[in-house]
Amino acid sequence: MVSGGVFFQRESAMPQPSISKTMTTGESGLALVFAVAAFLCLIASAKALDAPFAFHTGLSAAASLAAVFFIINRYYDRPARLPPAEINGRPNYNMGPIKFTAAIAMFWGIAGFLVGLIIASQLAWPALNFDLPWIQFGRLRPLHTSAVIFAFGGNVLIGTSFYVVQKSCRARLAGDLAPWFVVLGYNYFILIAGTGYLLGVTQSKEYAEPEWYADLWLTIVWVTYLLVFLGTIIKRKEPHIFVANWFYLAFIVTIAVLHLGNNPALPVSFFGSKSYIAWGGIQDAMFQWWYGHNAVGFFLTAGFLAIMYYFIPKRAERPIYSYRLSIIHFWALIFLYIWAGPHHLHYTALPDWTQTLGMTFSIMLWMPSWGGMINGLMTLSGAWDKLRTDPVLRMLVVSVAFYGMSTFEGPMMSIKVVNSLSHYTDWTIGHVHSGALGWVGFVSFGALYCLVPWIWNRKGLYSLKLVNWHFWIATLGIVLYISAMWVSGILQGLMWRAYTSLGFLEYSFIESVEAMHPFYVIRAAGGALFLIGALIMAYNLWMTVRVGEQEVQMPVALQPAE
Amino acid sequence: MTDHHGEFDSVSGRSTTGHEWDGIKELNTPLPRWWVISFYLTIVWSIGYWIVYPAWPLISSNTTGLFGYSTRASVAVELANLEAVRGEKMAALAAAPLADIERDPALLALARAKGKTVFGDNCAPCHGSGGAGAKGFPNLNDDDWLWGGTLDQIMQTIQFGARSGHAKAHEGQMLAFGKDGVLKGDEIVTVANYVRSLSGLPARKGFDAAKGEKIFADNCVACHGDGGKGNQELGAPNLTDKIWLYGSDEATLIETIGQGRAGVMPAWEGRLDPSTIKAMAVYVHSLGGGK
Repeated sequence: MVSGGVFFQRESAMPQPSISKTMTTGESGLALVFAVAAFLCLIASAKALDAPFAFHTGLSAAASLAAVFFIINRYYDRPARLPPAEINGRPNYNMGPIKFTAAIAMFWGIAGFLVGLIIASQLAWPALNFDLPWIQFGRLRPLHTSAVIFAFGGNVLIGTSFYVVQKSCRARLAGDLAPWFVVLGYNYFILIAGTGYLLGVTQSKEYAEPEWYADLWLTIVWVTYLLVFLGTIIKRKEPHIFVANWFYLAFIVTIAVLHLGNNPALPVSFFGSKSYIAWGGIQDAMFQWWYGHNAVGFFLTAGFLAIMYYFIPKRAERPIYSYRLSIIHFWALIFLYIWAGPHHLHYTALPDWTQTLGMTFSIMLWMPSWGGMINGLMTLSGAWDKLRTDPVLRMLVVSVAFYGMSTFEGPMMSIKVVNSLSHYTDWTIGHVHSGALGWVGFVSFGALYCLVPWIWNRKGLYSLKLVNWHFWIATLGIVLYISAMWVSGILQGLMWRAYTSLGFLEYSFIESVEAMHPFYVIRAAGGALFLIGALIMAYNLWMTVRVGEQEVQMPVALQPAE
Repeated sequence: MTDHHGEFDSVSGRSTTGHEWDGIKELNTPLPRWWVISFYLTIVWSIGYWIVYPAWPLISSNTTGLFGYSTRASVAVELANLEAVRGEKMAALAAAPLADIERDPALLALARAKGKTVFGDNCAPCHGSGGAGAKGFPNLNDDDWLWGGTLDQIMQTIQFGARSGHAKAHEGQMLAFGKDGVLKGDEIVTVANYVRSLSGLPARKGFDAAKGEKIFADNCVACHGDGGKGNQELGAPNLTDKIWLYGSDEATLIETIGQGRAGVMPAWEGRLDPSTIKAMAVYVHSLGGGK
């Protein structure tokens, strides 16, 4: 791993007037809270009713103690005065937490892609489950989805949002310890969630598997995230709020609402991992997919559109295509998305009227989604030639193309007649991955390729040639993945609905499983290529930080007065 | 910051809004016309759909749409159509005695169609979707039957199973001659080679055929019969026909004789209704090996 020194640099070499050094309220308060938390976790660990809960509370006790140590140690290391918001009239940006998210996003990304490859291989060759409970498909699948969506995607979102909000507000990130609390606390949530899955701890709600105690912790972290983000916007030196920040804010606020709405649960005991969700039956299903679809809409769409709105114009060095379109599609998108969840429950016990609303709002969502695509792609007008020479920009633009494709496919699949064929088949998996690998993956890669040289003060990437390799290998992987899943999904759907003239099913389920085998092999191959691309990227970023040429910056103090 | 004073962008021929953040500006491009029209069309289409189909919740009910559509009603229609297609035939199948089904071509076709579906959902995981079997799970396409291949015998096996725990289940099993201390290691090797020789498989060097025959006569004939022709009353396989449930190589045979075998066929009575079991028996009987 990257050593601490890479993240924690002295904020300034300014001569400090001598003032007496005291702990801030935040430092002493947080240290005290963590000390109490360590004690409580230790008690919970001793009284735990099940082994995973004992492990998690024990781990939390250790993590809380580490947090106390970190806070006190940081206090002794820091100058008497906290880093100023500005130095000589220029914002003194806080890059430490962003560096951390960039590095750990890459780590989680590779872990998540690897687990994805393992479970894809398990589907093709079930013997790879090895009859071991910890690595069987049912536990690794949520590990994969959480690792790529929440660990990789989440760190990219938090990291880029902290960068973009500072740059576009010309203000230092709000809070001193708070940004670190957000990034470390969020990753600790990931650790608890992921180890929980392997140990069999789950509340069995898709994309919301972590149990009650992890959910509570995430709530605290997320509210802090909102406060840091809002605090920075409030401190802004620009009269207007940049479009990317609207999207980041919509993402942060809505995820908080979704998380709270979907997860109310009653633990069986406060000393055990198991809990029961407050909702039941079809209401639970409706809450689940209201949550699930808007995790797509606000985590995987709004958040990454924010990335698009900053990084594409920045990299292409062109103005955003249309301010008006950005306003209209933003409001249309956030108003319409929240209704679309019921399309996950077509032809179920969900009432017909609810299914109708879910479907029609999904259709109306098509153009608002494409508004984002248009704004992303058309920003390139006047800079299309850069696609030939800049593979990073190419990655960003192709991600937007995948976004456009997925947001056409999604509304189409929400139409009930189409859904009656596609539902429960691999087509859904293919659809999700054209969005996940093509859109979220590529826009994140593009953003990280931009961000890493910026935040580590490097002139550029270690190798653009390697970015080019990454681009083509990963693109080939995506094409293999999604085309295999399209074919297998449609084949599956057709096999399941084939009837004989006497009204019996033409194929048994197991025959459809047998028919999937070749496509599962192709899918695993596609996943392997995507993983290889990410490994190339990790090497490239590592070398950029380690040996990249330092961007020469004039010492701040010597800048002429503006 | 040059607020409210946009500048001209020569590439697009449009002005910017005058906003700028970290070097990023925005063009004053109007909404693309096709985009606006398409957006309106999806809204109009949705409103039309709401009028035709159930859509909006009211206080204690919901709008029902012009034609009173409901998925529940459409399922009822489909089920009624299905009943019209095969309802009478299914009733006839349920009423017909097992022996009569194969004599009536229409009933036979129905029973086979139904049996195939049920087989795929219930039997295929062990016996394979074509009934070709696997190690430990008999092939149902050949004419070699452990518990008999007549329609009645197949029906009985499906109903009650073998070693299934059901009171009427087939109960015979291959004893563990090694584990139970009946035969010594070298005796097992000898008799395993003797068993191989029954179906013409080559025996290992130095194999004492007379000794093998003697061990076989003392221990195996009781179930597998003189010459190892098997006994369907006891589920004892025919050892002379080159069809092997677990395998014919020496190591597997040593394992079979030493450790015994007691594979389980579940009882389907109570899990599937009598008419379904009947259809399945007919289907399996018709796979090719039925007697």
